[in-house]
Amino acid sequence: MTHRHFFINFVQNNLFMKILVCISTVPDTTSKINFVNQNQAFDTQGVTFIINPNDEFGLTRAIWFQQKEGADVTVVTVGDSSCEPILRKCLAIGADRAIRIDATPMDGFYVASQLSELAKKETYDLIITGRESIDYNGGMVGGILATFLGLPYLANCNGLEKDGTTFNLEREMDGGKELLKASFPIVIGAQKGLVEEKDLIIPNMRGIMQARQKPLEVVPAVNLEAGSSIESFEKPPAKGPVKLIDSSNIDGLIDLLQNEAKVL
Amino acid sequence: MSVIVYIETQDQEIKKSSLEVASYGRAIADAQETSLVAVTFGLENGSALKQYGVDTIINVPTEGEQYFNADRYSSTLAKIADNEGAKLLIISSSANGRYLGPIVATKFQSTYFSNVIGLPLSYDPLTVKRSCFTNKAFNQSTSQKARVVISLSSNSFGIIEKDGKGDLKTAEYAASTCDLRVESVEKSSNKVSIADAEIVISGGRGLKGPENWHLIEDLATVLGAATACSKPVSDMGWRPHSEHVGQTGKPVASNLYIAIGVSGAIQHLAGINSSKVKVVINNDPEAPFFKAADYGIVGDAFEVVPELISKLKVLKGA
Repeated sequence: MTHRHFFINFVQNNLFMKILVCISTVPDTTSKINFVNQNQAFDTQGVTFIINPNDEFGLTRAIWFQQKEGADVTVVTVGDSSCEPILRKCLAIGADRAIRIDATPMDGFYVASQLSELAKKETYDLIITGRESIDYNGGMVGGILATFLGLPYLANCNGLEKDGTTFNLEREMDGGKELLKASFPIVIGAQKGLVEEKDLIIPNMRGIMQARQKPLEVVPAVNLEAGSSIESFEKPPAKGPVKLIDSSNIDGLIDLLQNEAKVL
Repeated sequence: MSVIVYIETQDQEIKKSSLEVASYGRAIADAQETSLVAVTFGLENGSALKQYGVDTIINVPTEGEQYFNADRYSSTLAKIADNEGAKLLIISSSANGRYLGPIVATKFQSTYFSNVIGLPLSYDPLTVKRSCFTNKAFNQSTSQKARVVISLSSNSFGIIEKDGKGDLKTAEYAASTCDLRVESVEKSSNKVSIADAEIVISGGRGLKGPENWHLIEDLATVLGAATACSKPVSDMGWRPHSEHVGQTGKPVASNLYIAIGVSGAIQHLAGINSSKVKVVINNDPEAPFFKAADYGIVGDAFEVVPELISKLKVLKGA
């Protein structure tokens, strides 16, 4: 039986959709960005880590499918044991189980390769990644993962509805939006719009207690090469102070924009 | 081993970000003493690319398919790059470019570098400078593979005119490998999209309500700019989500960003960091945006902006 036949049987037999949500752990937006080891590593001291916001929009949509129609939601991350609190949080939000692929994420290609090896072993109807992580902003894991799996990929996905065995999808593009259809299974790059900020789930005590009982499986990484390596980091030069112009001196602002900044 | 650039078009016009990609590709081809090949999809006449240094312009007829197709475009590009013996394929950082990037890189069995700023620092192995942490830092990344797909950050290199050979060719459109169909496209009513704009005018809660948005729109019209807004403004439904710029909204990399009545929350600033010149107009001198801006006016937007519009109208002869 091919993958696709299996999926169609799955849905036609009224079994529930299986969703895999790929989670990345990132520094909180307000974190100070500093580097250590001669600018070769990110300084994690004093940094709070959170679920990558784009992944969280995707996870919340997955939980919506779980609550509405009994979808089964697995979260997965590639990382060391320091990522486990974030996986527990995903479980407290409502995911049914969590998997940690025990490896240091070297680059997007490496992470996508590890995820692909894992996803091949199961039969997911929907795989959700964030459109990009807010730390490395690579925007590549979803597209590489989908291509490895031979599945379609939709980037910047801000609308997802299920209609029988097909999905109605929406993509935000430059200067408009695109409405699409795809049959199961598909990989999407989630972003805001899939759910709104107000829909995000803050775990309650019951969720947190239940999360402790839910399975968090640690699986070994597959031996793979990374596609690239980071040699060093640097910060942009410090910005000078703002030039204040009096509100009665609009001509002065126009003059500066024309002749100093040369942008008009 | 020519250098390949993917050229995006809209209504038979070449996008500005793609002219930048062509200029960048030319500079790399010169450094490597090789030729520059541009690939277009469904473009009737690509000869304008000759003046941006392109030696061969390969058009791929799309059989009446009118929408961008990441699957077929990526297969086609990977095949052409393979046939040309190319090591480098360069694309823009538009929404479509960033969509295509990881897919074409995988099909081309290459490394994918997004957010690339400036020419490679070395070619063998290939090392590039990339922005990260939403433009709060940069890194130098080296590819382990000989083949690389580069997505170039908008407005990071510039458009440079230079004569190329400009030979015209066609190539076959690759078949579909998956089932994902575009049903329709809804274009937003905005004349200029945030991604393509050189100037972006952004409004925040300080404008007090959607009925006052004519201030933003009129200023944008005078400057040929795109309109944008802060997150609270889109959350309250004053403006569509597609205008929300910031960490979870659209990124902005314009030459000039004018923020009116926007306080400058860290999430907002994260999305606009790569704009070159930032101007803030806000009646609160303590607004965090003043720390991030190059020029600022502490004042009432309802007085400052109309005056700015009328003076710019005179200046622009409108």
